[in-house]
Amino acid sequence: MSSKRILIYGVVALCLLGLYIASRHTAQKPKPTAKGNVAPDFTVTDIEGKKLSLSDYRGKVVLLDFWATWCSPCREEIPHFVDMQNQYGPQGFQVIGISMDDDVKPVREFYQQFKMNYPVAIGDDKLAESFGGVLGLPVNFIIDREGRIHAKHLGATEASVFDGEVSDLLARH
Amino acid sequence: MKHYISIIAILVSLSAFAVAQEPVLFDGTNPIVLSFQGGSGQSALPASDAIPPAHLMTPEQLNQTLKTAKHKPLVLNIGPRSMYTQAHIPGAEYMGAGSSDAGQQKLRERVKSLPKNSAIVLYCGCCPWSHCPNVHPAYQLLHSLGYTNMKVVYIANDFGTDWVNMGYPVAKG
Repeated sequence: MSSKRILIYGVVALCLLGLYIASRHTAQKPKPTAKGNVAPDFTVTDIEGKKLSLSDYRGKVVLLDFWATWCSPCREEIPHFVDMQNQYGPQGFQVIGISMDDDVKPVREFYQQFKMNYPVAIGDDKLAESFGGVLGLPVNFIIDREGRIHAKHLGATEASVFDGEVSDLLARH
Repeated sequence: MKHYISIIAILVSLSAFAVAQEPVLFDGTNPIVLSFQGGSGQSALPASDAIPPAHLMTPEQLNQTLKTAKHKPLVLNIGPRSMYTQAHIPGAEYMGAGSSDAGQQKLRERVKSLPKNSAIVLYCGCCPWSHCPNVHPAYQLLHSLGYTNMKVVYIANDFGTDWVNMGYPVAKG
């Protein structure tokens, strides 16, 4: 084999390697939480020691709230979620809280203090990643009765937005 | 022939450089002293904050610094563990929440052997800047300890929005 041919093969091989590396870095990962996708199921133990699976709530409209006690926009939303649970619960609505606190103690205290009336569990990185990553709080998902993601809200969201989406989904059945 | 071998050697070196997933950062065993690079984006910083503008930098500026600076600053994460585990700046060390006693203690321990003019970068990104409970206590701690060559990354929204979604490098675990 001539040295020229070796060079050409070498350059082609390097170009292919470069293209492979570039594709790995730029490939768009599928979004598990795109609107219309079935929300990833999970099973956790809530802060009262009960098993909690998202799939147990199939048939209900669910507001899944990723929050933390140290997150002030999260704290501001919680009294409204308590009100929503009271108001819409009888129509088939359920709030589920996933706290991203590192420790359960402040979550238990907060739960009592704010008279939270819905289940709360401690989340971890795996659960967060299954929902596309929780790299900022609050993050909320509105999930329809079929378990499909209807909306995702990142950051503080107006209470009227939650009310509108939830009442709309409840009215569909 | 010698020319061809040289060209192939250069190309292979460039490929090996491209394959390297994470930059080698300051490991803390040999403290460095340097000045931060200015760069664009200074106007994106808040006009008024308890942390002086001279001690703030944008995510873009940090990314540029980490890419180009000969000596990298010590990057310290002062946010919640679950978020660090999901995604953090390559080479960043986890200190614990800057608002917690444990986080403050670990931060104090980490810097105590460093010269007061060591290049140190703090970042959190748990929630919008104005709501972040961690950056100001951590900054105040290092400031009170006399560290002068310190910057806090101004993450306006959250780490996901302002770092990960910008395509800047991340590490997990």
